[in-house]
Order: sequence, then structure tokens, then C-alpha cells
Amino acid sequence: MRIELQKRPTPSALYAVLSPFIALGLTLIAGAIMFTILGKNPLDALYSFFIEPLTEVWSIHELTVKAAPLILIAVGLSVCYRSNNWNIGAEGQFIVGGILGSLVPILLPGFQNWLTLPLMLVLGMAGGAAWGAIPAFLKTRFNTNEILVSLMLVYTAQLFLDWLARGVLRDPNGNNFPGSIRFPSAAQLPEIMPSQGSAHYGILLAIIAAVIIWFMLRFTLNGFQVRVLGANPRAGRFAGFSQTRMTFFAFLLSGGLAGLAGIAEVSGAIGQLRETISPGYGFTAIIVAFLGRLSPLGAIAAGFMLALTYLGGEAAQMTLGVSDKVGRVFQGLLLFFVLGCDTLINYQVRLVLRKAAPAAGGQG
Amino acid sequence: MDIAQNILLTIMTAATPLLIAAIGELVVERSGVLNLGVEGMMVIGAVCGFAATILSGSPWIGMLAAIAAGAVASLLFGVLTLSLAANQVATGLSLTLLGLGLSGMIGESFVGSAGIKLASLDIPVLSDIPLIGRLVFGQDPIFYISLILTGGVAWFLFRTRAGLTLRAIGDNHASAHALGINVLKIRYLAVMFGGACAGLAGAHLSLVYTPQWVENMTAGRGWIALALVVFASWRPWRVLGGAYLFGAVSIGQLHAQALGFGIPSQFLSALPYVATIVVLVIISRDRRLTLMNTPASLGQPFVPDR
Amino acid sequence: MQNQRTETPLLETRGLTKIFGSLRACDGIDLAIAPGEIHALLGENGAGKSTLVKMLFGVLDPSAGEILWKGKPVRIGSPGEARATGVGMVFQHFSLFEALTVAENIALALDGKVAIDRISEEARRLSLEYGLPLDPSAHVADLSVGERQRIEIVRSLLQNPELIILDEPTSVLTPQEADKLFETLAKLKAEGRSVLYISHRLEEVQRICDRATVLRHGKVTGACDPRQETPSSLARMMVGGEVAEISGAGLGEPGEVLVEVRKLSAPARTPFAVALRDVDLTVRAGEVIAIAGVAGNGQSELFDVLSGEVTVSDADSLRIADVPAGRLGITARRLMGCSFVPEERHGHAAVPNMNLSGNLVLSRYASDREAFLTGGWLGLISSGPVAAATKRISAAMDVRKSLEDPPAGSLSGGNLQKFIVGRELDRQPRVLVVNQPTWGVDAGAASRIRQALVDLAKSGSAVIVISQDLDEVFEIASSISVINEGQLSKPEPASGMTRERIGLLMGGFHDGTGHGTETAEAAHAN
Repeated sequence: MRIELQKRPTPSALYAVLSPFIALGLTLIAGAIMFTILGKNPLDALYSFFIEPLTEVWSIHELTVKAAPLILIAVGLSVCYRSNNWNIGAEGQFIVGGILGSLVPILLPGFQNWLTLPLMLVLGMAGGAAWGAIPAFLKTRFNTNEILVSLMLVYTAQLFLDWLARGVLRDPNGNNFPGSIRFPSAAQLPEIMPSQGSAHYGILLAIIAAVIIWFMLRFTLNGFQVRVLGANPRAGRFAGFSQTRMTFFAFLLSGGLAGLAGIAEVSGAIGQLRETISPGYGFTAIIVAFLGRLSPLGAIAAGFMLALTYLGGEAAQMTLGVSDKVGRVFQGLLLFFVLGCDTLINYQVRLVLRKAAPAAGGQG
Repeated sequence: MDIAQNILLTIMTAATPLLIAAIGELVVERSGVLNLGVEGMMVIGAVCGFAATILSGSPWIGMLAAIAAGAVASLLFGVLTLSLAANQVATGLSLTLLGLGLSGMIGESFVGSAGIKLASLDIPVLSDIPLIGRLVFGQDPIFYISLILTGGVAWFLFRTRAGLTLRAIGDNHASAHALGINVLKIRYLAVMFGGACAGLAGAHLSLVYTPQWVENMTAGRGWIALALVVFASWRPWRVLGGAYLFGAVSIGQLHAQALGFGIPSQFLSALPYVATIVVLVIISRDRRLTLMNTPASLGQPFVPDR
Repeated sequence: MQNQRTETPLLETRGLTKIFGSLRACDGIDLAIAPGEIHALLGENGAGKSTLVKMLFGVLDPSAGEILWKGKPVRIGSPGEARATGVGMVFQHFSLFEALTVAENIALALDGKVAIDRISEEARRLSLEYGLPLDPSAHVADLSVGERQRIEIVRSLLQNPELIILDEPTSVLTPQEADKLFETLAKLKAEGRSVLYISHRLEEVQRICDRATVLRHGKVTGACDPRQETPSSLARMMVGGEVAEISGAGLGEPGEVLVEVRKLSAPARTPFAVALRDVDLTVRAGEVIAIAGVAGNGQSELFDVLSGEVTVSDADSLRIADVPAGRLGITARRLMGCSFVPEERHGHAAVPNMNLSGNLVLSRYASDREAFLTGGWLGLISSGPVAAATKRISAAMDVRKSLEDPPAGSLSGGNLQKFIVGRELDRQPRVLVVNQPTWGVDAGAASRIRQALVDLAKSGSAVIVISQDLDEVFEIASSISVINEGQLSKPEPASGMTRERIGLLMGGFHDGTGHGTETAEAAHAN
């Protein structure tokens, strides 16, 4: 048995729209099989995983809290991947953004006015961008593989944060528990509707960022550069676009947005700097970017989808007693199916059971 | 002298999983495929090896289970990138993410279980030779396998016809196809070999290095293995050198942590990752040389037209 | 001759058809090759020649029809089966591995069992026997195109085939190297082997082939003895109707100097590239300078340096309209009135997945900033003017397309090339540099493009055409220079040039002082 691909003359617009949904469907089927193997009723399980979190107001608030960082990061990664720059270290940029932004309330606890929060957000972006600039610099200057470098910087950032939260930035009155002081309210990203749930303004930042970047990609020369250099670096050079500048642009943008996500998470959702501040948002956002077909607007929808797997994992753990790791498995499966289904856009796929006879009239 | 011997021994133990995973990936990349899922396959190997050991009582069965699990995981990658021509970078990443999630789920009930260590194979008489006896002849079985794999892969690639074919595909898959070589079949085999190696490397972690299951216990070793392949310019014996160098760095920082020195342990723990970056920078600085060594069709999807 | 006709053909095809999607690349091909003959397969680019031979060699599966070998139907499912049957193949774009040695390359085509050192020995012996000297331990990356072709030929001869297929073998050779190849073919024929010789060059087909089958649009349009035909009757079969003559008349006296290259050198940027050495070239307004040469002698490197995709450290070594330009990038040079058309359409001159209007912006966003961009620093692309210009260019160059604004990759080679050339002509450049303007383009589009280049020069611009196609060079050039191993010969007026002289220059003879060793020997032997 083998799979035969036949290149389409032009990419299929139909499958470009359908492919994420087919992938979603396949993921649900795979999930049902998985729950059956785990001895659960698959329909119940899928219900508690994907529907239940949407039935209550507080948990929809929770959903936006999880979706905000995913969307912010994925928007930047979309630009990165479209321009053929493989930043997979958004998790590290997220962390460094969180750290740098947190320095304001931790080191200057007295500095509390309307400037505090904007300053934190800007510093967060700067921190993420700086961390992202390292792989960009090494790639353009020394031809170093940005995938490996950006990933190694994730581990480095995690260890650095661990050291800070247990060491120099630890709350002196915290009974030796790791973690900084709790941020004063001027340093916290406010909740949108505090009476109803925990959703904070991070989600607004995320949607604004997505729309701006979408506009940039769709209508401006800069976005045109991203698309050209990503599709054909050689054609990009012919056009006079600089690969080096594009690499920096993509890494600074995605690093900056990841850093913004990091400080928004720390100041909006957590309220202090802890030794871990991310349940793997930087990696999950990679899936969001691909599920959104590397489009910033697609990333909004995909971000909510993936946020659901986080909540669903928690819900499934409570109601079904299955591991919350199931959520991560769903995420991985989803990306697999998305990538597989994307083949349908550019190719006609045919399953050949045995080696094809040469031609109908081959043997006379 | 004993201390030195012990340090050398731990370095070898730390280097072995890196070496095995990198050798497997080297074969994959020599065939022109970039599988970034090493970390995921490795962690799946680690958990499956551990689980099978507990369930069967035999670490040997655990080892075989790890190899099989790694190979099956790599098959997923193969179907996507080879049969469906999906983007290799993204697919490799998704394999890593899936592997980390899946291993966490499988391993949840084994957290805290006491593992069974794969016993050392003390070769009689020889292992009693002073100084080098224990080092060379008193190691765990996977250590020996790692050396055999390195030598075997070097021989296979440069001394056999099949190895020549594999290198040819990595150099130019279109030409290979025109000559009638079944590019996808050989790539499937290479990818599965890489998966099996990653699985075995994972088994070394959960059956020899620290015989227990801890979530994400590979801790980036799969990624370091990927870096080692670049570092070694796709040459098997250089992978061996690189793996031992990294083994020394990670053991060195452990000893430094134990001794104190007043350096925060987190900084020392970061050392292997920083070292990886530094080594990558040094090795890829010469663009021309890198271009010459890299398999020319690495990472390019191949769709045969028929 | 009479006997051969009645004999069972060595290879025969009946109604052989290959369909790609909606395209019938080969449509009911009947072909018969007699033992011991050199059979030409004539047809212009895109006629279906390569598809046909790929089916004969088992690389492609036929959609319909059958192949007979010595009168019996056979199924050739893979190149391995083709070789086992007795068919050998020399590819147009070589199927060689750059990183491997000559011996390893040969070993890969032999099915099993033979030890590598034995292959070296055998390859050396055969290569000498057929006058194709080769060093088995050399790396392919270091070899010239002619030497690479020898590997292909020796590789197929090692199989001892009864039929050898050569796909456009002389397109990469100097005239002298081609003569050597013809001797080898005569030798093969004398041994009783058959040769299927694919070409679009009428002169050489008439010279060496016993019979010819002509293809057009995937169908057989004629089968003949080429020696009984005239070049124009063959051309009619091949092209179908008369092709417009290019009118070079009206190229007046050259005007001011627009491009001046002085002692320009550029190191090789990759292990597989060619270094440029002391290139001198002066191009005036109203001139078409053609740079002839065999592929892989530094043409694309020269193009990159002229276009500014690669800059040189000495700014003065390239002056455009008397301004030092060596260190200026491609955008700055475009702003000075230059336009460029690179060789590779897909992924260099155009982005295949992007539609035509996007591909228009690709090379014109800077030079036509006012027309195509708005919004100040935002740099918004104005779709209206871009669409209008796309339409204008398509009309001017007769670009045939199924949609208003299709992806560039969905156009045929000829139509895409017309669009790309039209994109640059549309802005009336003062200087135009073109690399292989009609490579892989059908005859109609090619003559339109050539006429457009000549017309541009007539209107007072300087045109530099880098081309491997000698017919094209003679058709349009006012002066001709030859590139060889990164060096350029002094341009000479086209009227005084002969093919023989160009051939010598291609082989590295600059005014009698040769430096190309391999090719020089080959030339001496003649």
C-alpha cells in the first residue's frame, strides 16, 4: 500500500478552508478511540473535554485567559514561519518578557501610577525581543541553526527564572517559598468584568495584535516581503529584499509578542513572578499558528481551540478521572492531523493498494 | 585514581544516550530527512521502556519495547513527511510535542515506581584489569550497543553499497529517483532506524542512567543530539567525540554543583545548553564548509511523479 | 536501408500516451527504432520529448498504449527494468550526485554485486575506449559540464545496452566537444547498437541521424529521413507553420556608454560556483551584446554581479551611466534605470505561488513607487494600478492565461517568460540584462521575446543577453562575447563572428592562448 500525490496546478481554495476542520474531525475521532482504550465512554469524555468548559461563564473567562497568550505568541510565529524563520523558542521569549516586565513592580514597589503598567508591557516586549534577537543574530552572522539555538535558550530562560524566583527576586517575607512579592494593583493587568470572571485585558491585546499583523501581511509592502522571502528567498533577493533584515524583523516581532504575552500572563493571570510561569504556552502556540494556517486571524480561532484543550484537560481530570496530560496529547495529535491535511491543498492524494498496472491497454 | 575512574564512568554513561540518538539521526539526515522529533521519540522510548520493564519484570524486554516504541513513533513522522510530503520541520516539532504529552499520560501511573536497572555486563577477567578494566569491560549493555552502532553506521555508510545509495539519496533525491532508486522506501527505513535509536537512547535514561520515570526526563537531550549531528558534520566517529564532550560538560557541571563554588546551581545546569549554542556557532561559522558537508537535499520534500 | 525497414524494430511504441491532469503530454505516439540506427526525436521545448523518453526508461508510467521490445510487448516499470531490458539513458539534466566521486556515481547505476574498485577499473577502460577520458576518483562537483556528460555516457555503456537514449546532449557542449560526441555515437552505431537522439537542432540531426520522428504538442507530426529534408521542411514539421524572422535591421550607430565593466572579479561564493576573473565589457546605448558560452561557465554569477544581487568590493569596476555602481544593490541599480531578467523563472524571476500582479510588484515596487504604493511609511500596495499594469503587460506581450490574475506557476514556461520580460520592458529600462531569455520557451514566444529585445535596443537602450543558444545569439546580437571559466572574451561585431570562432572561445582560446586544459586538448584533437 502506498500514497500517491499528484501536484495540483493551483492550490485548492476549498481544501485551504476545509483542512483545519478535517484535522479537527480526525483529532476527535482519534480522541474517541483513545478514551475508549482508557475505558471511558468516548462521547461523555469528548463532551466534558470540548463542550462542558463552554457551558459556564467563569470557564469562558478562563478560556480567554488561556487563549490570550496563545494568540499573541502564535501571531508572531505566523510571521516567523511564513518568512521561513523557525523560531521554536517562544517559550523562552515568553519567560524573559515576563521577567523583565516584572522588574518594575518588584524593584520599584513605590512606583505606582498610570505609567506602571504600560512600562511593564513595553519592558516585557523588549525582553522577549532581546531573547529572540539572539538566534536571529547568530543565524545571520554565523549561519547558526535558529531552531536549535532558540530551543536551547528556552531551557536557559527557564533555569534563569528559577534562579531569580528562588533567589534575588524572592519575596523576603514569603516564608522561603519561591516567588516574588504579589504585584500591587497598579501593576496588574485589570480584569475586564471582575464580577463575572477572571478574563483580563490580555485577550484584547491579543486580538488587536492579530488584526494589526493581519493588516500588515495582507496590504503592506512589508507583508509582501514576508511572503516573498518565505516562499522563495532567491526571488526575494532578486526583488532587493534583505534576508538578514527579515530574519531580525521576524524574530524581534515574534519575540516581542511572546514577551508581551509573558508579562501579560504574569501581571494579569498570576499576579507575581513565580519559578514557572507557563504551562508550555510557547510550544502550544506553534500548534495554534499552524492550525490557523499561519494567518493572524486564523490564530485567533485556533487560539481559542487550543485554550479549550487546556481547560478540557482539567475538566476531564475532574469529571472522568483521566490524566490532564490528555490535553497535551490532543494538542500533539491536532498538529499532526493539521499538517497531514494541509497536503490536500497542494496535492491530490490517492491511496494505491497495490502497485498500479501500467495502463489499461498495457498488455494489448 | 578511583575518583577519576568514577568520573570517567559517569561521563560515559551520560554520553551514551546522546551518542545513540545522534547516530540514529545522522542516518536519517544522511538520507536527506530532517526529523526534529528526536526528543519526542526519546521520551516515548524512555517511558515505554520503563513501563514494559515494570510490567514484565525484565529490563531487557523494556529495552526492546523502547526500541519498538521509538520506531513506531518515527513511522508517524514518516507517513506525514514522506508519503504526504508535509513540512519536515513542523512535523518533527509536532512529534516532539506529541511525544512529551503521550509519555506524560502513559507514565503517570509509573511516577515514583522503583525501576529495575539494566545490569552491567562485566566481562570476566577483562573487567578486572586495573584502571581501564571497569571502564571498558564493565559497562551496561547499551554502552556496548552504542559503540557497535557507531562503528556499524560508519562501516555501513562508507563501505557498503546500501550506504552509498543512502548517501546518494541525501545528496540528490531527484537523480536517485531517475536512476530507479526507491527514494521513499529507503527514507522510511532510515527514519525508522533513527526512531529505534532514539527509543533505545530513551531506554538508557530510564533503565540505566536513572532507573525511574520522571516526566520530561529527556530534558532536551534529543535536541542536543540534533546539534551533535551538525557539530559532527554528519560523520559517525565525530558524533562519538561530540557526545563524550557533552557528557563531560554535563557531568562536570554536576560535580561543580556538588562542590559548591558559590555558583548558583541553575547557572551550572544551563551549561550544557549554552555549550550547545557555542559549539553550533563555532561549527557553522564557515558557510562554505557547512554547505559542503550538509546533505544537499536535507529537509526538502520529495514527491515522485509517475 | 531496405533491410532495416523490414526487420523487426528493436523498440516500438504504439499509441503511447501520458496525461498529467488535463495536459496530454504525449498523445498516441507511434515510434519504431531499428537495430543499429541513430534515430532522431525532433521537437521544440514542451513537445513531449522528455516525457516520452521517461516512459521508455521506466521513470514515468504511461497512461495508455504499449511498448514493444524486439516485437514483444514489455512493461518497463522502473529504470532498473529498463536497464535489464537493454535500454541505457543519458539525461539532459544529469542525474549525478555532486558530493560523490565519479566511481561512486557509476556504481549507483549498476545493479549490485560489482565492487567499487572494479568499477573504477572498468570505467577507466571504457572511457578510454570511447575517447571519453575520466578520473574515477574525482568528485563530480569539481568537474565541467562536458566531463559530467561523459560520466553519464560511460555509466550507461557499462550496462552494455542495445539502445542508448540521449536527451539534448549537445546543449551543454562546445561545438568541438559535440564533434567528439558524434564520433562516439558513430562508434556505438558501428557496434550494432541503436541510439535515440533527442534534439531540437536541425543541423546536427541532419548530420548524424538515419531517421527522424518529429513531435509537436505531444503528437507525431512526421517521420522521415532527415537527409532527404531541408532545414525549413524539418522546421515546419517541428514548429507547424513559419516562424517570424527577427528583424535586426534598424540597430543604428551605438550611442553613449551605459554600462562599463573594468577588471571586475568576484570570488566563488559556494563550492559549486564559478569565480569571475577580470571581466571587461562596454555596452552602449542602442547595442545588443550577447554573451555566449557553455552552461556552468559563470553565466549566473555574471548575471548576479551585473544585477547587484551580489555586490563587488570595488565600486569602480562596474559603472552604470558613468556612476560607480559595483557596491550598489539591485534596488539602487533599478532606480538608475536598469532592469533584469534572470534565467530561472520559478523561484527567482517570479514566485510561482503568487499571482501575476504580486509578481509585478516583486521587481517594480521601488522603481514605480509612486504608482504602486500609497500610504506613506505604511507602504500600502495599491491594487488598482497594479492590476491595470498587469493587464497592460499581458496584452502587450500576448500572455495567454485562463484567469485574470493567475498564480505565476500555473502559466506555461513561454507565457510566464513573456510576462517576466514584459514586466521589465513595460518600464522602458535604459539598461536591460537578460540571462537565457528563451530557455525552455516555445518557438512562438521565443521569437516574440527576441523581437522585443531588439526593439528595446532600437529605442536607444543598452541590452545584455547572456545565452547558450547560438542561433539566438546570431539572430539578435550586434556584438558577441564568450564566457569561459568566469572569463569574458573581447566583444566582436556579430557580422564578423563564426560558429567555429565562438566554439574556440568557448573552449578557452582567447586569441590563440588557451587555458582550459581538458577542452583545449579536445580542440587540439580536431
